[in-house]
Amino acid sequence: MKTSNRLVTTFQSKPSLLSLYITAGFPKLPDTAVLLKELQKANIDFVEVGLPFSDSLMDGPTIQHSHQVALENGMTLEVLMEQLDSVRSEISYPLVLMGALNPIVQFGVERFCERCHQVGIDGVLIPDLTLSEYQKNFKTLYQKYHLAPIFMVTPRTSEARLLEIDAEGSGFLYVMSSSSTTGAANKTLSDSKAYLERIQALPLRNPKAIGFNISTREEVEFAHRYGQGAIVGSAFIRKLQQTDASKAVEDFVKELRLN
Amino acid sequence: MKPPVYRWLFLFSALPIRFFSSAKPIFTKMSYQVNQHGFYGPYGGAYVPEVLYPNIEELQQHYQHILRSERFQKEYETLLSQFVARPTPLYEARRLSEEIGARIFLKREDVCHTGSHKLNNTLGQVLLAKQLGKRKIIAETGAGSHGVATATVCALLNLECCVYMGEVDMQRQYPNVERMRLLGATVIPATSGSKTLKDAVNEAFRAWINEPEDTFYVIGSVFGPHPYPDMVASLQSVISKELREQVPAITGQQLPDYVVACVGGGSNAIGSFYHFLDEPSVQLIAAEAAGKGIETDYSAAATFLGKQGILHGTQTLFMQTPDGQVKEAHSVSAGLDYPGIGPQLAYLHHQKRAQFVAVTDKDALDAALLLSKIEGIIPALESAHAIAALRQLSLAPAQVVVVCLSGRGDKDLETYINYRSTQNTL
Ligand SMILES: Cc1ncc(COP(=O)(O)O)c(C=O)c1O
Repeated sequence: MKTSNRLVTTFQSKPSLLSLYITAGFPKLPDTAVLLKELQKANIDFVEVGLPFSDSLMDGPTIQHSHQVALENGMTLEVLMEQLDSVRSEISYPLVLMGALNPIVQFGVERFCERCHQVGIDGVLIPDLTLSEYQKNFKTLYQKYHLAPIFMVTPRTSEARLLEIDAEGSGFLYVMSSSSTTGAANKTLSDSKAYLERIQALPLRNPKAIGFNISTREEVEFAHRYGQGAIVGSAFIRKLQQTDASKAVEDFVKELRLN
Repeated sequence: MKPPVYRWLFLFSALPIRFFSSAKPIFTKMSYQVNQHGFYGPYGGAYVPEVLYPNIEELQQHYQHILRSERFQKEYETLLSQFVARPTPLYEARRLSEEIGARIFLKREDVCHTGSHKLNNTLGQVLLAKQLGKRKIIAETGAGSHGVATATVCALLNLECCVYMGEVDMQRQYPNVERMRLLGATVIPATSGSKTLKDAVNEAFRAWINEPEDTFYVIGSVFGPHPYPDMVASLQSVISKELREQVPAITGQQLPDYVVACVGGGSNAIGSFYHFLDEPSVQLIAAEAAGKGIETDYSAAATFLGKQGILHGTQTLFMQTPDGQVKEAHSVSAGLDYPGIGPQLAYLHHQKRAQFVAVTDKDALDAALLLSKIEGIIPALESAHAIAALRQLSLAPAQVVVVCLSGRGDKDLETYINYRSTQNTL
């Protein structure tokens, strides 16, 4: 099984991709599987599953809250792997696991990679895993277990470093539209235009998916002008707080795209 | 060129206190220090999200150079002496000595301007931030000591200042909240998690992520991503630098038998230990907050209850669940109420260079009342842990014990008053 190919084929198959972020075990513990199946029905292109962490530095209040609820619900990496294992055969799109470094290190890095491979995770995004730490302690294991390393770049990443990151990453390059935590209220996507144009002009190996500050159909379309993928996080988590899980998916995905 | 092993000795070499007048250098090596990759043995490193990489890289590239530059040293030294009121005294506490049964000397960081050792660090970091051209300072604070010290230097050097403080701590250290506001700082409550120091650190990091340009994060202790632990340690090392001169002059002994300090993140402890690390005859004692006891769920004793992992950008010991979630700490003292310790201290523990003891809330409170009554010094609740730790050591009457009295107790008056009212014997 070459799992990372799922990300590659997805990015090869369609010009514009939509991705949603979910927090594993939120709003209820079994909702991970419920949501993933609903997202399959809604024809989502790929999904990021967030492993909750008590002290997530990259997240604003909305996603932080979802992490707290998920942890209270009993979500752990062990539980998540079991949930994914049982639901994987029913979903065909690529899965990206996103999580803080410490829970993964405590689980055991090799054991983590092996389990990711077994349950059909395609890419892994660990925001506080620096490029050099990845090269030192993760790279060979990712290769052994066919996991695509997903890295973030930001408006402050120098061009030289961006190319270095692009050389190490695979699947796609996660382009943060602004320097911010998730769900920041004071930033808008259109402010990132100059930066996104600058990135667009670079000769990158990997396709790009743009995330942060995307919550409406207009913003999804704007993002698609600069990158193949558009990732929506906080806005969907907010929706899940208001609406029943299966209905939230249907409504939300409809809202975000025409087809 | 001086050999690199001496690098920190010369950092403050123009201070009134000099070690270099004797022909033979006092120190021949500096062990237990950070390596070129930012690690202390297995601990340390810089685990930051990509968005903060440029900030950390900038700091890594420039901090040593700036701290050693003549311009920095001159300004820092002048302000340490004229503004902070250094050197701080080493005071022989005779009644406490009698009570404990050893010669107890207090390193009086409580007489620093703003009431704690924290100003040694904030002064250095804010000067450095200015040299890097930063316009805005952010900081976290637990007890408020670091927040007040940061706000003070920002007032002095005319920089915008924003301090993140846990909602719980804002209540229990209220006088310091108002102090920061008087000094012109904005105090922002951290309302997530346990609403204490750990969460204030989270909020400060998030604020930095949201506003990384022009902003400098002044971390208040020896934790966080490299180079913070090393930078803060070298700024606080002025404590033991002064001790190297004061101990022979005042105690008649070349070296102390013990140096004792409390540990929140560990900055006053590292500062007190720094120039004794390579003197194996000096026993280093680190007093952690046991809270209600290390056998309970309400503790902050990281070396007793912690495990190695990654918290706030560094690999260190901290309290966590088996699946790697950070546990909430408990201590009556807001400044020690943190689930981890800095990586260098974790390394000193690992190498058994320092001995860690755990002091309960109650023992610390009793020690604070005792010191007030018999020495006329009302200590900070944090520092009271170091005083209380003395009772856990088996000391001989002639032994020289230096205790870092890291701060004064004004901020803790309400806690002391309430505690005293429950003690009908006092
Ligand atoms: C007076 C005093 N001592 C000690 C500490 C603990 O910090 P550290 O362990 O970094 O010295 C604090 C923290 O707020 C403090 O206010």
